[in-house]
Order: sequence, then structure tokens, then C-alpha cells
Amino acid sequence: MKNKIGQCTDWFLCRFPLVKLWNEHMAHYYAPKNFNIWYFFGSLALFVLVNQFITGILLTMNYKPDAELAFDSVEYIMRDVNWGWLVRYMHSTGASAFFIVVYLHMFRGLIYGSYKQPRELIWIFGMLIFVALMAEAFMGYLLPWGQMSYWGAQVIISLFSAIPVIGDDLSLWIRGDYVISDATLNRFFAFHVIAVPLVLLILVFLHIVALHEVGSNNPDGIEIKESKDPFGVPVDGIPFHPYYTVKDIVGIGVFLFFFATVIFYMPEMGGYFLEHANFIPADPLKTPEHIAPVWYFTPFYAILRAVPDKFAGVIAMGGAIVVLFLLPWLDRCKVKSIRYRGGIYKKAVLLFIISFIGLGYLGTQPATPGATLVARILTVIYFGFFLLMPLYTRWEKTKPVPTRLTHQPSLEERVPGWIEFFNEIFPQTPVKDSHGNTVMKRRPDRTAMINALIRFAKKLKESLD
Amino acid sequence: MTNEGVNKSKRQFLTSALTVVGAVGTGFIAVPFLSQMQPSAKAMAAGAPVDVDLTKMEPGQLIRVAWRGKPVWVLNRTPDVLETLTTLTDKLADPLSNESLQPDYCKNEFRAIKPEIFLAVGLCTHLGCSPTFRPEIAPPDLGDDWKGGFFCPCHGSWFDLAGRVYKGVPAPTNLEIPPHKYVKDTLITVGEDNEEASA
Repeated sequence: MKNKIGQCTDWFLCRFPLVKLWNEHMAHYYAPKNFNIWYFFGSLALFVLVNQFITGILLTMNYKPDAELAFDSVEYIMRDVNWGWLVRYMHSTGASAFFIVVYLHMFRGLIYGSYKQPRELIWIFGMLIFVALMAEAFMGYLLPWGQMSYWGAQVIISLFSAIPVIGDDLSLWIRGDYVISDATLNRFFAFHVIAVPLVLLILVFLHIVALHEVGSNNPDGIEIKESKDPFGVPVDGIPFHPYYTVKDIVGIGVFLFFFATVIFYMPEMGGYFLEHANFIPADPLKTPEHIAPVWYFTPFYAILRAVPDKFAGVIAMGGAIVVLFLLPWLDRCKVKSIRYRGGIYKKAVLLFIISFIGLGYLGTQPATPGATLVARILTVIYFGFFLLMPLYTRWEKTKPVPTRLTHQPSLEERVPGWIEFFNEIFPQTPVKDSHGNTVMKRRPDRTAMINALIRFAKKLKESLD
Repeated sequence: MTNEGVNKSKRQFLTSALTVVGAVGTGFIAVPFLSQMQPSAKAMAAGAPVDVDLTKMEPGQLIRVAWRGKPVWVLNRTPDVLETLTTLTDKLADPLSNESLQPDYCKNEFRAIKPEIFLAVGLCTHLGCSPTFRPEIAPPDLGDDWKGGFFCPCHGSWFDLAGRVYKGVPAPTNLEIPPHKYVKDTLITVGEDNEEASA
């Protein structure tokens, strides 16, 4: 019997390069040994993708892409289908989780310079994944056929009508009708379920192939392939399997902890993951009082609203995404990691974070004159970060970059420091208890706290230099 | 591939010719593929005219009807409203409706056949939300400059009660007015007008 299995394995291996593939991409694929928490989000994105595929396939078994039936079929899934609520919430929460991990994944690339030479193409494929993901999320949001589905799609498709000359015909072609209708819903279903997922899969494949060709960047922004041992193995590299496969499983465990909490206790996330107006069936005659896209589109939506001209607004919104594609060529600094970059870049990144989160918040709020003014300022900062980059990255005073990976203290190594800090803030002080005995009790110490705050402020200033 | 004794220019010609023929074939098949996403014959036929009965309309009242799946508003304007409209000219982006979509018989200050009855497609010319009807003067949320009109909650565009857009808002043009005609004094047909009928 054992022999038979061996023969079957040999037969298979003679016909398929499984061992070669496994070694090239897992067991003998060397990744830098200093990956930190930011490096979880790539594998998490892959994990969420699998979640979306499985739950999505299950949802199509009961969903009806028909303007008359769609809304009711979603309610049917929620109430009558066995575990339908779970599958649907996994899918809807998964959509938001996808954007959370992808935004963090992109931010990781931004601070550690993962988009720089020789990884420009990985960044481009990644940006294409991001665009495909936005298309996928947008079309998926129409399917429940609620008020927000309907009017959100109305607004986004109208964006295309702002394009001169061909705009109106183009938006008519996308809708397949003069208004959002059954035809639109049906084709969005086709795109959401077949076309875009296929594109996404291909792009993820290309993203990983390109990554494995040049190897991963790391928090120090050093190429580990530049120092190899006599066997040609990078001295600062460790095999992806088992080291990072095991590490990523821990990441998935932590992720699932948060994911399950949202699914079971706050699946609508206070109207951010599933908007309240979407629990009302689509009504083509009445726009909800306040319409806002789902949270992951709001930064771009706020930019659209900030511009007081229809075509220019659409250009600005598109430009906000296009400019990200150009990042590898806008950044002229040779140093990759933010650890060794100049203070001007660190401050620019800080401003960028503020503008992105600020725009994201404003995009969820009604367009009052005050909010519009703030959105305009933040829009200028957003574009300033990218478009002024060729200038300020040239003046940057960078720090010397080490040739080998640096050692960062691990959690265990930090524990003694934390204990010491706790003792400093809450020292043991003699206190008289109710019987008049002197006992040692921990009491907060004012001067120690002020000292700690000053230290923290100094450190913060230092880290921004 | 054997390269001995090969007529290379002939091979090159055949390769090019096949590429061109293939490209033409792809172009031909692209036509049905792309055009099947256009509105179907059924969707095109669904744009039948709609009748609106005005007999029960009160002064200042707005009614909504569906025409081609879009909301169409019919508003009964009081003399006060009409008077206010004449004072707004310098605040509007296109007070004479030169850049906007309307039939010629509605290209006037009140944008209507009869000034007291205003009829328009209730979709913002910015991104297609349906603006809210806010006839009150200077409500707290819109400020003292508000003289009554339509406010788009999506992106904050302002229109007056003749569907004319204010300056400095995202919407580029005035609200669209569909072709319509009076069958009799109290009955309007939306989607059909006398010019079309005579043409």
C-alpha cells in the first residue's frame, strides 16, 4: 500500500513541478528576518479575499439579481436561509475589513519605501488591485437594492457623464437604461460575481509573482540580497516557510478575533459598514436626506465635493487615485525606510495621514459651508503631499543607512522597561491605614508624570527630525 | 521552426496579413459585445408620455410623477414666489438658461409655459441626486441667503424655484425641463409637446 502511494506521488511529481514551486515560493524563498506588525496585512488581504470568495459564492445561491426581487431576497437570506445572516455579515464585514487591511498594507509601503526601485511594478500591480477592489465594492453595494445602493450608484455613474463629449453616452452604456434600473442591477451582478473577481485573482497572482522575483522590502529598507553567505542565501533572510507561514497564522488569529467581534456584535458598525438608509428599498423618486458612500470611499468622495465644479471635481477625485500610481517616480529620495529618512518627509507623512483621515471623516458628513472649507484645505494638503514630493524629497537630510538589518527590541525585551516606567509613575509610598499602621501603597506621583510627559514630547520631536 | 530555404518576406507578409484580418475580426465581434450593453429595445420603448392632472393642486404645492423612471416635479408657484424669482438674477450661474437643457418654449425667466406652473426633472444636474423641496425663506440650516428653492442634500447645490442653479455650487446647469404640453388648462402631458407633434 505504502509503495502504491509512493508510486502515485512519483507519477504526479514527474508531471508537475510541485517541489520546485514549493521551494521557490515557500521553503527556499528568503524573506528579511525583521518583519514587524505592518507586514501582516498582505497575507491578511489574501485571507479576506478567500473569505469574500467563499461567502460570495454562498450568497449567490439565494440572491436574485432582479429589481423586483433583490431587496426581498437579501432579507430572505437574513431571516430564512440557514446561517444566511452569518454568511451575509461575513461578506459585508469582509468588504470593510478588506479595505482596512489594504489601506494599512499600502501605508506600510508608503513608510518603508516598498514602492521604490526595484519594486515599482509590485506597487503598480497593487494599485491596480486597489482600483479593481473599489470597482468590486461599488458594484457589490448596488446588489441589496436599498436606498443607498440606488442613489450611491446614481451618483457614481453620473461621474462618468461629466467627461466631455462622450460622457452622457458612456453613462448610458454603463447603466443600460436612462436611469439605474433592473438592467443596471443585472449587469452589476455579472461584473461583481464573475468579471472583477477574475481580474482581481489575476492581479493578485501578478502582484505575488513580481514580489517573489525581487524579494520583500523590510522596515530597514535594505536589500537583504546584497549580503549573502557562501551558499548564496541572504544572511539576514529566513525561509518563508515555516517562519512566516507560522507568524501569519498568528496574525490571522488576531484578525479573526476583531472580525468575529464585528460580525457578532456590531455587523452594521453604527451605519459605517452597512448604512441605515440601505434598509429601505430603492425608491427612484426620492433621495435620502443625507447620502454618503461607505466609509472606504469617503476620502475620495470628500475631494469630489470640495471642488465647486462638476468636471474639475471628477478630475480631482480621479487624480487622487492616479497620483498614487505615480508615487515611485514622485519620490526622489534614495533612502527607502522612514527610519533613515529626513524630518521633512516624516512631517509630510504626518500631514498626509491627517488629510486622509480628515477627508474620510468629512466624506461621511453633510456638506455644510464650514465642512466644505476644511475639505478644501485637506484636499490641497493631500495633493501637496504627492505633487510637491519631487521637491521636498530632494532636500531631505537623510540619516546613514546600515548595511545589515538592525535589531529592534522584541515585546519580551520591552517588558522590564514598562515595569520600571510603572514603578516610576506609581511609586510605593508609605501611607497610614485606618488602624494607624504605616503600609506601603502605590500612589501616582505628579512630578514623575510630568517628567515622563516631557520625555515623551522630546522623543516625539526627536523622531520627527 | 525550420529556417532553411524559407522565403522570409513571404512569411512576414502572411504573419502581418493574418494579424490585420484577426484585428478586423476582433473589431467586428466587439460591436455586438459592446452594444449589447446599450439600453435594450424594451428600455427605449418604456419612455411613454405621462399625464398630470392639475385640478386638485393647491397654491405652493409640489407633486412628483414618474416619467421614464425619473422623478418629474410639478410646482404651483404663488405670485410671491414669482416676484422673488425676479430678484435673484445676480446670484445665479445661468439666469437666462443659455447653458441649460429645456424646450425653447420654457427658455424664459420663469422657465415655464405658464409662470405659475413649473415643471422639471427632479434630478440634480451635478450627480443625479433628487434635491429636496425647501420653499421656506431663510431656514436655520441654509442661512439667510435662502429665498426658497431646491437644495441637493448630496453635494449642497442650490436651485431657485425655477430650477435655476446658484453660483459657486457643484451643479453646472439649471434643472432639466422635459418636453411637455397643456392638453387643456388643467392637464399636462409630460414627454410630448406640440413642436414634436408637428415635426
